[in-house]
Amino acid sequence: MEHDTQAAVAGGGSSGGGVTTATTPPLPDSGRTLWFDILGVAAIVSVLVALYGAIVWAPTEAVMGHVQRIFYFHMPSAWVALGPAFTIVFICSIVYLVKKDLRYDRIAGASAELGVLFTTITLLTGPLWAKPIWGAYWTWDPRLTTTLVLWFIYVAYLMLRSSITEGHRRARLSAVFGIVGWIDVPIVFMSIRWWRTIHPTLVTGEGMNLDSSMQAVLLFSLGAITLLYVFLLVVRVRQLDMGSRIDRLRQQFHLR
Amino acid sequence: MAIRVKGLWKYFDHFPAIRGLDVELELGRFLTVFGPNGAGKTTLIKVLSTQIGPSQGQVEVGGCVLPGQADRLRRRVGVISHNTYLYPNLTARENLTFFGRMYRVPDLEERIKMLLEEVGLSGRRDDLVRTYSRGMQQRLSIARALLHDPDIMFLDEPYTGLDQHASRMLRDVLKTLHTGERTLVMTTHNIEQGLEMCDEVAIQVRGRLVFRENVAAIDRAAFEQTYFDHVGKDFRWDS
Amino acid sequence: MGFLSQAWIIARKDIIGELRTRETILSMLLFGFLVILIFNFGIEPGLREENLVKPGVLWAAFTFAGILGLNRSFIAEKENDCLQGLLLCPVDRSVIYLGKFFGNFIFTLSMGLVVFLFFSVLYNVNLAQVALPLGAILVLATIGFAAVGTLFAAVSVGLKTRDVILSILLFPVMVPVVLAAAKSSGRVLDGVPLAGAGLWLALLVVYDVIFLTVSIMLFDYAVEE
Repeated sequence: MEHDTQAAVAGGGSSGGGVTTATTPPLPDSGRTLWFDILGVAAIVSVLVALYGAIVWAPTEAVMGHVQRIFYFHMPSAWVALGPAFTIVFICSIVYLVKKDLRYDRIAGASAELGVLFTTITLLTGPLWAKPIWGAYWTWDPRLTTTLVLWFIYVAYLMLRSSITEGHRRARLSAVFGIVGWIDVPIVFMSIRWWRTIHPTLVTGEGMNLDSSMQAVLLFSLGAITLLYVFLLVVRVRQLDMGSRIDRLRQQFHLR
Repeated sequence: MAIRVKGLWKYFDHFPAIRGLDVELELGRFLTVFGPNGAGKTTLIKVLSTQIGPSQGQVEVGGCVLPGQADRLRRRVGVISHNTYLYPNLTARENLTFFGRMYRVPDLEERIKMLLEEVGLSGRRDDLVRTYSRGMQQRLSIARALLHDPDIMFLDEPYTGLDQHASRMLRDVLKTLHTGERTLVMTTHNIEQGLEMCDEVAIQVRGRLVFRENVAAIDRAAFEQTYFDHVGKDFRWDS
Repeated sequence: MGFLSQAWIIARKDIIGELRTRETILSMLLFGFLVILIFNFGIEPGLREENLVKPGVLWAAFTFAGILGLNRSFIAEKENDCLQGLLLCPVDRSVIYLGKFFGNFIFTLSMGLVVFLFFSVLYNVNLAQVALPLGAILVLATIGFAAVGTLFAAVSVGLKTRDVILSILLFPVMVPVVLAAAKSSGRVLDGVPLAGAGLWLALLVVYDVIFLTVSIMLFDYAVEE
């Protein structure tokens, strides 16, 4: 046993134990727990059910036809991206700056990754749906355009993170940007909205008639995608937590 | 106690640059810290001088608890390091005037004149720092550090890269500073220069102080051997 | 000595330093002119839709040239670790931010004015008519640009990919500013009085207030170690 590690254990831990610093709380059990499994199964099952509901069960829309079915995934993706995903980045950024606990930074990073994923899905499904119905892939619709700017903001966030290796420094600088970025989004939306009302587009965002069963599918899909996001977030954060723990152990035993 | 440190840890990512370091220094004393590269001497200076915060442990300098009361402490701390903190596109006088205003030094012009004379740069005071030699820049940075008459000074390997002239000048300045009212902490490689003026001696190896004594109690001639003994015992090639 | 005057001392120091070498301001200007020129070659002059495109060109040039200046403001501090020297002073971090902001504001505004003059020559703009309203738009846009830009420059100065990353961070967040500035100056160039572009100006003011406040609060975290 390293003479150094013995002496280094603050407050006398057990032999072979790690040094926990004041800045990190004890890590969660790395083993799978019951609720984790339930969450995973629930997420996957509900997405499959939503798929069935969207593609098979829901009635065909009167005006747009089958293409409209993409909407059942387009809208929830947009909601997850704009709503929980990036708001969690914002909140965790603030909490990190206050508490200096790297766990919040890991959550922020994971949430941003998922946010970019869902934003990409939104940006891909939007044009796919727009083209057959309105004849153009891109219509400068305010919501979609804001989503595009959002995409750039959070890709920038990820690029910032990837260019810094030191944990606390990366957490601190990305928190600064994460806070500014999130505050910017509503302003971006307003400015693009005004821009489009002054030069009204050929098409509007709405124009869909949803009967009650379609609304049901939409709501269900919303829940399913949100559940999927939560599950993926937990998986990813867990992964990052373990990575951090490995780094720490490696350092303690002077491996490179 | 001018400096009181207990159980200081500083991590950079997961690497502990300082590992459970304790040190105390009374007011007006001059401590020299020796140690090899990578021992964490610069990190220690940075923590004590409010440049970075501790990861863990208690740090109190000049009665101010760090990092919370760092703002209060800054006015009283002067730092000399191998970075000069000087703006290359400004003249010596402009540099000193700028920092003097930042520290709200009273009678600034007089003070600048006096300091420039003390470091022997009066003649070049309106030249851009860019045109100074390394020795001259270091001399000017000493003047900069003394502008606000700090009562706690940190010197991080101040002799690095100094020519004879500048070295001698630094020694003379340190002699005048060491009056018993000012607390000084210096880190250095150079055993002779380090032992010359200090009251107390310490050796830092891999983030901890492994030796601490009054300079009166050690055998100067044999100190080099003492140093290598301590450094050798804990020295590792891979860290 | 109030904190505003200390901020001004910092700004003045930046300005004096820059005037000594004039490197940055000259490259900013040159770059701004070149962007306008290149856009110009991409667009047929005398086109009916020219008025729709002109403001975009102006503000694109402004943004690209502005980024050059922002980078410079902190690079100078990195030499000799001056920023650390400044952080050792008993000065509130917000004061340092304000000082840097003032400096960046003045540089970017000067660049904007000169670029605009170049632009008005190329496109035969009636200066007397539009100078004041466009000046107001320029000032408001520059405040927003310098506010966020100073913060992000502090964030990116220590990074390896410093120059590129600043642009990547700043451009998306600048969208409202560029949009508002381009649209309102477009209307002014069309002969509409400034009040007609009121909505855009309000947006700029809101943006400026929000991000100046946020940046002051976050600057501390951007520079601490």
